[in-house]
Amino acid sequence: MFIHFIKKEFFHIFRDIRTMMMLLLMPVVQLIIFGFAITTEINHTPVAVLDHSNGELSRRLIAKIDGSRYFTLQEKLQHAGQLEETFRQGKAKLIAVFPSGFDNDLYHNGSADIQLLADASDPNEASTVISYAGQVIAQYVQELNTGNTLPYVIRPEVKMLYNPQLKSAYNFVPGIMGLILMLICAMMTSISIVREKEQGTMEVLLVSPARPVMIIIAKAVPYLMIAMIDVVSILLLSVFVLHVPISGSVILILLLSFVFTLSALSLGLLISSVAKTQQAAMLASGVGLMLPSILLSGLIFPVENMPWILRILSNIIPAKWFIVAIKDVMIKGLGIGAIAGECGVLLLITVILLLVSVKKFKIRVE
Amino acid sequence: MSLLLVILRKEFLQIFRNKTILKMIVALPVLQLLILPWAATFEQKNITLSVVDNDHSSFSRRLTEKVTSSGFFQLTDYSVSYDQALRSVEANRANLILEIPGHFENDLVREDQSQLMLSVNAVNGQVAGLGTAYITQIIQDFNLEIIEEAGYPNASLSKINVIPQFKYNPEMNYRNYMVPGIIVLLVTLMGGMLAALNIVREKEIGTIEQINVSPIPKAVFILGKLVPFWIMGLLILSLGLLVAWVIYGLSPVGDLGVIYLFSFFYILVFSGFGLLISTYSDSQQQAMFVAFFFLIIFFLLSGLFTPVSSMPGWAQKITLLNPVRYFVDVMRLVYMKGSGLADIIPQILSVTVFAVIFNMWAILNYKKTS
Repeated sequence: MFIHFIKKEFFHIFRDIRTMMMLLLMPVVQLIIFGFAITTEINHTPVAVLDHSNGELSRRLIAKIDGSRYFTLQEKLQHAGQLEETFRQGKAKLIAVFPSGFDNDLYHNGSADIQLLADASDPNEASTVISYAGQVIAQYVQELNTGNTLPYVIRPEVKMLYNPQLKSAYNFVPGIMGLILMLICAMMTSISIVREKEQGTMEVLLVSPARPVMIIIAKAVPYLMIAMIDVVSILLLSVFVLHVPISGSVILILLLSFVFTLSALSLGLLISSVAKTQQAAMLASGVGLMLPSILLSGLIFPVENMPWILRILSNIIPAKWFIVAIKDVMIKGLGIGAIAGECGVLLLITVILLLVSVKKFKIRVE
Repeated sequence: MSLLLVILRKEFLQIFRNKTILKMIVALPVLQLLILPWAATFEQKNITLSVVDNDHSSFSRRLTEKVTSSGFFQLTDYSVSYDQALRSVEANRANLILEIPGHFENDLVREDQSQLMLSVNAVNGQVAGLGTAYITQIIQDFNLEIIEEAGYPNASLSKINVIPQFKYNPEMNYRNYMVPGIIVLLVTLMGGMLAALNIVREKEIGTIEQINVSPIPKAVFILGKLVPFWIMGLLILSLGLLVAWVIYGLSPVGDLGVIYLFSFFYILVFSGFGLLISTYSDSQQQAMFVAFFFLIIFFLLSGLFTPVSSMPGWAQKITLLNPVRYFVDVMRLVYMKGSGLADIIPQILSVTVFAVIFNMWAILNYKKTS
């Protein structure tokens, strides 16, 4: 009986080749675009300079800024009146202003000022750009001082764990995986039940002797399989195209993805059993989930930084748990012990969502 | 013309009859606008830190004190060994390990130089980069302090004082930028999704047959579909701007009228885009997936979450074909920099081109399928 239901659902999906192709191809295309394009690396950020001092020391510093991989010198300004205009036209994100006494002060007093103006209309970008510029300047100062023999010099040695080249993809690929799986699974299932309601075929199912739980589970199984195919293709892409290696166990990653997919599917089922029309189901799953999944999952903005209310709220976003756990396995190479907690939470979320949707579903039957 | 009015009446009736959808159209954007802007910050004030002090000297204690009291770091624990600290990193309790070697003070005093080990959880390169920049800065300050204490003549050391200034947003308030940006996304999301589901719904229910056999010209039909979205989009926009003002105290430095003028064209882009998807799809499910596919690409490449200037060249070119990017730009220009109409003419022209293309395409394609 149960098998028949699953078969029926499979027929539904496979008959619609266009939708099938979409479900299998969309994650692939999205991951490729985002894996390469979404980055917080600062590379060749356009910089302008206003050099009132025009001496050798300032020119050397400007060359050093231009030469670093973070910045590209876009323009040399002539007077202060051009500052505003440069920012407004978006020609530079950062403007370094050297006062007229820069060379003289640095040469004779050993100390000079430099003003760094950042376009802080995007504060995230501005603070990053300022701190990288500070680093370039600090290196320059160190070079100036190398002739001196100083007492008490502390040399910090920096080791970047797990991601020595600081590639953004290491952070974003697992995150995007969570985002795409979450949205696709929730959307797929959210309209599955409601569609039958709208088209009237639900009546047929209801008069059958199958229990509501069976009907609901049978709906989820084919989507679960599609989602797992998506997981495998995403993993292959991340290793072979985006060069994000899998440090941990592949089996563990598949297991984790399976648990996560279950939670996303049950979220979709819940939406489906509550919504009356496909339109309402899609607004809830598409509009209602897309932005929270991007912003509250830790995909782009670290959850630790958020105000406490949002940190609590983020706990109900399944993608948050998945993203933490998948990074632990995929990037850090940790074992099952490290992610048991996250898996437990995901399972708990799944059980609660399923219980609620079965309950809601029963109410509709009566 | 009167025909258009009749169609419009029917469309509006359909919208107003569906109370659930109507409630969602108001509640979803407002709710999200109240919650989400608080999430969007990179500001790292609490980078978690594990200290391994193998020296227990006065210098090592002073340095640790200086780092932990800087306000950038939050001390997770003092670990007895690097291995123990690494376990804190693995468990996501610490992001940075400061390891002070056993003869730190001794080396400094006897050999005039000493090493420190920083190990950083670099899965998130941004956090790692900023954390490293902060702590190296603190170490350098500490270093200068003890050099001066040692009586080294200050004048023979070169120093450059960096004076940072943050234009347009001196307090570095992240919400000033995120709130208008999220309004853009919500207007786009609602408009795009609703429009995408619209015609295809009539196809699925079968009512489209009736319209096809009626004498209504296709252009009038499409226009009748567009106008309600237009009004709805402007409504959602106004709702968003109101929340921005009442809750976040944000009003544009520039002219609000400029934002409305831009939106007037912008909303047409997404209703056209939605209708176009609708004409190509056989089911609401398909329409939704296609809309979702493009919208999420448009959003993540809009420059709101990660700056366009840090994207690779080809991705920057893609953003030129991304209408959302122009609206995010316009919001930033008008809200924060106070730009006027003249400054945003290129953006208006770009979205107008999109609006014309999408809507023309939708009309042409609709004819083909009927």
